[in-house]
Amino acid sequence: MSPEPLLGATGRAPARHHILSVLVENKPGVLARIAGLFARRGFNIYSLAVAPSEGNARFSRVTIVVDAESAPLEQIVGQLDKLVNVVAITDLAPNDAIERELLLATLSVDDGNRGDVLDVVANAGAAIIDVNALSVTVMLAGTPSACDELEKSLESFAEVALQRTGRVALPRLGPAATA
Amino acid sequence: MQLTGAQALIKSLEAEGVDTIFGLPGGAILPVYDPILDSSIRHILVRHEQGAGHMAEGYAQATGKAGVAMVTSGPGATNIVTPIANAHMDSTPLVVITGQVATASIGTDAFQECDITGITMGITKHNFLIQSAHEIPRVVAAAFHLATTGRPGPVLIDLPKDISQSKMEWWYPTTIEELDLPGYHPEVPLDEEAVALAVALIGASERPVLYVGGGTLKSRATLELRAFAERTKIPVVTTLMARGAFPDSHELHLGMPGMHGMYSAVTAIQKADLLISLGARFDDRVTGQISSFAAGAKVIHVDIDRAEFNKVRRADVALQTNVASALRALDAAKATPLNLDVWWKQIRTWQERYPLVYDEPTAEGPLLAQHVIKAIAAQAAPGTIVTAGVGQHQMWASQFWEFEEPGTWVNSGGAGTMGFGVPAAIGAKVGRPDRTVWCIDGDGCFQMTAQELVTARVEGIPIKVAIMNNAYLGMVRQWQEMFYEERYSEVYLSAELPDYVKWAEAMGCVGLRAHNLQEMHDVIEIANQVNDVPVVIDFRTHTAEKVFPMVAAGASNDDIIVHPLQRGDAR
Repeated sequence: MSPEPLLGATGRAPARHHILSVLVENKPGVLARIAGLFARRGFNIYSLAVAPSEGNARFSRVTIVVDAESAPLEQIVGQLDKLVNVVAITDLAPNDAIERELLLATLSVDDGNRGDVLDVVANAGAAIIDVNALSVTVMLAGTPSACDELEKSLESFAEVALQRTGRVALPRLGPAATA
Repeated sequence: MQLTGAQALIKSLEAEGVDTIFGLPGGAILPVYDPILDSSIRHILVRHEQGAGHMAEGYAQATGKAGVAMVTSGPGATNIVTPIANAHMDSTPLVVITGQVATASIGTDAFQECDITGITMGITKHNFLIQSAHEIPRVVAAAFHLATTGRPGPVLIDLPKDISQSKMEWWYPTTIEELDLPGYHPEVPLDEEAVALAVALIGASERPVLYVGGGTLKSRATLELRAFAERTKIPVVTTLMARGAFPDSHELHLGMPGMHGMYSAVTAIQKADLLISLGARFDDRVTGQISSFAAGAKVIHVDIDRAEFNKVRRADVALQTNVASALRALDAAKATPLNLDVWWKQIRTWQERYPLVYDEPTAEGPLLAQHVIKAIAAQAAPGTIVTAGVGQHQMWASQFWEFEEPGTWVNSGGAGTMGFGVPAAIGAKVGRPDRTVWCIDGDGCFQMTAQELVTARVEGIPIKVAIMNNAYLGMVRQWQEMFYEERYSEVYLSAELPDYVKWAEAMGCVGLRAHNLQEMHDVIEIANQVNDVPVVIDFRTHTAEKVFPMVAAGASNDDIIVHPLQRGDAR
């Protein structure tokens, strides 16, 4: 198991998390099959993101951050692979993956703190995507640790709502092979 | 050719070579029951859907082919959940077809609606909710492919009523690609490196044991097993699910391991330096306390299912393949011959000191189940198929019947489903009408599914049922005696109620009873002469008799409890 440089100070993901990028057939109930398997085998899911994939309506990609403390990764992958609708599983150790996550937060603002909010947003590389007289909605698409840091920075403001998507990931690119 | 979905389903089953469906109709599956009248497939009308499921399992275990059951939606479907779970635990190939309410009604809490694909998700290898009549042939072909290849198991097809009534243009898939199973790859290439490692481990071993599980029967590897065992002289143990995979009469066979296993089989595993696991899964009923199980042994784990590796016990070599190919590969390597003389000498002393024993039965009774089972076996034709329920009688049947060939022992292992024996015997007899089929049952088990003897009588399926009637839920009673200070809680059933002879006769069967040794011999002789209708025998057996050897639940196999007759004997 590799060290854990990507984890933020808040340490929300389990210390031995692994990312499983799972290609599944886009069939009814496939998500229930995966969720049911994790539940009945006692495997813990930290986050799960799913969307159609590969430019093909036939398949979806499910990105599951699993807690490798709850069960050996080999067991999780072996059992997952037995689901007939699971086509391929890529196990991404944190160091081998590019992980991104989306954070949305709506904050109450007034003339007194509006400038502070804008500073935090600018420093984090986030964006303001919605405003009215009393609130702003902030968005950050970034690494999970960047999202952790922004979330921490926003703690001093009055939060109306905060939502994160859970991570998606792809293998980190190695050096390009020249043709 | 235009067909209805219902006609397409039956035609698809015919295309898969199905000769028998065990089932019971109802509203949502009604359309499918019409084309059955025009089909060559035999339909056996059961009295309860659980019976259909266990019959299909008995059929599958006795023939090696997929068993097929068909029931209606709602309660019909939920009644067959137990057999599906049972087949899942024992990797039995099953195709179960359930009717479903019409597509437009799904999700509306319609009459006899239930989410059977949701309910069975965790206890099937896969399940399908059919979306259109056109896909019926593909789904049926895929279901049989999934049920019978790789690690076998139950597959459920849920068929909404409107789809079975709608029209489709007939077709049938002819290639694997047409089954549209992009995520299913049951066979993986043999790992030559793992084979070489396994050969090296075997060559270096001094106290090896072949730990033979149900996967050996599933992959039809019994000839390969015999060849390998005879060449290497490695002792063989066969688990409850593998009885019959290696002849009990063979000198290399130590018998069954586990909680009620042979002393020599249990102890040989404990003292082994190498376990060669062939399609076994280190079940807790075999291992006992896992930390002390075969503590000094390296493990070669052969399994078609890679999720079995390192699940319970760490494997030194994991070989993902079917048992037959693994044994062929290991045999081809022709490792240096082992000298196992010292090992065998040790094993022989265990065998001599701790054979299976029971008290001498008295002439006037009560009978002893062990003795009754031996008496039935002594008069049984070679190749007789034995089924059992779950409990003491099951353990005694496994211990005292000598199994010589595959497919002759049909039982519920992993799930431990009481009531399995009678319907499984009916299914086995349908699949192998040439064989005598005995169900060794308990009185508790018999009462759970006995109504299927009506099915057997009506359909002309002459099985023989031997009830070991000790008036108790005997195995629970045994545990209460041994581990709950003889505080017997809710285990007494009564020997007289029901009257098994009258009940058998009411179901059109021959009913017999035996209290003592003379009657025991007489009724067995009579039962063996009846070959046209089912026979039920009420054997009145000793209430307090217990199964030995025994390893208490969670205890170490080193602390095996032998029969009282053998205690005080230095180990």
